[in-house]
Amino acid sequence: MFGYTFQWKQALARLPQMLDGALVTLQIALLSMALGILLAILLTVFRRSGSRILNAIATAWVEIARNTPALFQIYMAHFGVASFGIHLSPFTSLLIGITFNNAGYLAENFRGALKAIPDTQARAGRSLGMTPLQSFRYVVMPQMLRIAFLPMTNQMVWAILMTSLGVTVGMNTDLYGVTQDLNALTFRTFELFALAAVIFYLMTKTVQFGARLIAARMFRY
Amino acid sequence: MIEIQDVRKSFGALEVLKGIDLTVAKGEVLTVIGGSGSGKSTLLTCINGLEPIDSGRILVDGTEVHAKSTDLNKLRRKIGIVFQQFNAFPHLTVLENVTLAPRKVLGMSRADAEAVAVRQLQHVGLSDKLGVYPGRMSGGQQQRMAIARALAMQPGYMLFDEVTSALDPMLVGEVLDTLRMLASEGMTMICVTHEMKFAREVSDRVAFFHQGVMAEIAPPAQLFDAPQTPELQRFLAATA
Repeated sequence: MFGYTFQWKQALARLPQMLDGALVTLQIALLSMALGILLAILLTVFRRSGSRILNAIATAWVEIARNTPALFQIYMAHFGVASFGIHLSPFTSLLIGITFNNAGYLAENFRGALKAIPDTQARAGRSLGMTPLQSFRYVVMPQMLRIAFLPMTNQMVWAILMTSLGVTVGMNTDLYGVTQDLNALTFRTFELFALAAVIFYLMTKTVQFGARLIAARMFRY
Repeated sequence: MIEIQDVRKSFGALEVLKGIDLTVAKGEVLTVIGGSGSGKSTLLTCINGLEPIDSGRILVDGTEVHAKSTDLNKLRRKIGIVFQQFNAFPHLTVLENVTLAPRKVLGMSRADAEAVAVRQLQHVGLSDKLGVYPGRMSGGQQQRMAIARALAMQPGYMLFDEVTSALDPMLVGEVLDTLRMLASEGMTMICVTHEMKFAREVSDRVAFFHQGVMAEIAPPAQLFDAPQTPELQRFLAATA
């Protein structure tokens, strides 16, 4: 009808390469989530510390992460730092960019979760002789992570999708980068990117399903 | 020994403790009664240093609670406190609730902490609930667990802040029985309570707080049967 003949076979022939790319995408997403959660916990502790400097650092981080394009954050982690003579691989830059974004969003989720936990919980910990940090670590944080579990799952989905921005800093081993290179080789644009979209969809759905299983196992209270 | 010397404390413009002097001896059971806002609960949270004070001193075994040099985390190990809201840790089982502080604060091994915890939980009648999450228990059971949790730190003193006030009337008895048992074992206790019958039974002395002042303190028979001040007379008439 539009003078375009679909050639799905050609695209499907490239599926193994694309699946290799999907593994890299998953790897970046998982790493960026693990690091992002740790950093978000640190930012949360900063915001509760009562120190003005630490609070300012955490607030600035969260504000930038949530109010600027993710593309800008990844760009800065690559071309931005290059201006200062720091040359990072596309993989590293993409990982840093997404991690920065994850940490900012997750820190905000954690803050919301903390509001749902009564102050009396931390107080009960303190009255058992725990230091403020122990009381946070053993009493408050586990409850916070449970409340924030669903938003964390959403952020993981978002992290997978954000890897597609890696092409702008020269990333070509992840799913989107591989697809883009294959497109330049074969010009089966619609078929290749549609296939990539299906793989993205299956990955995010698997994450959501897996998260539900984990939640059912972990949160029995 | 807990020594409270001329303690004053305000929340903003509201002075809730207006110069309290009180000494609680080792092994003594003191109950504190009085209306809402009389300052009795605040006093407890000042004793374990959860609340700062404006002036005066509180000494626990000679250590000044609010001195800058005092390690409050260490001091709190010997002062157990149980609150009106049970403050069970919902993400931990009963056994984990009770072993957490002994393990993390006292550095006990899991096995040792569990031995202590099981003993304390037997003590309060919860030995069949070790693996249960607090959300599945009644308020009375949660409150008894909170008592066992405080006792597992082997404190020298126990502070009880209206521990039956949030309970279904049917469940008050089991918690009061636990307190009676502790009192009979010689635990040094300060109980803020609205349970007059209980106060009369277990106390060595009863203190009546009114608007931030300790208006009267006496052995229960004397305080309840021959109240001196019109405030206490009115309070007792209202709660009888």
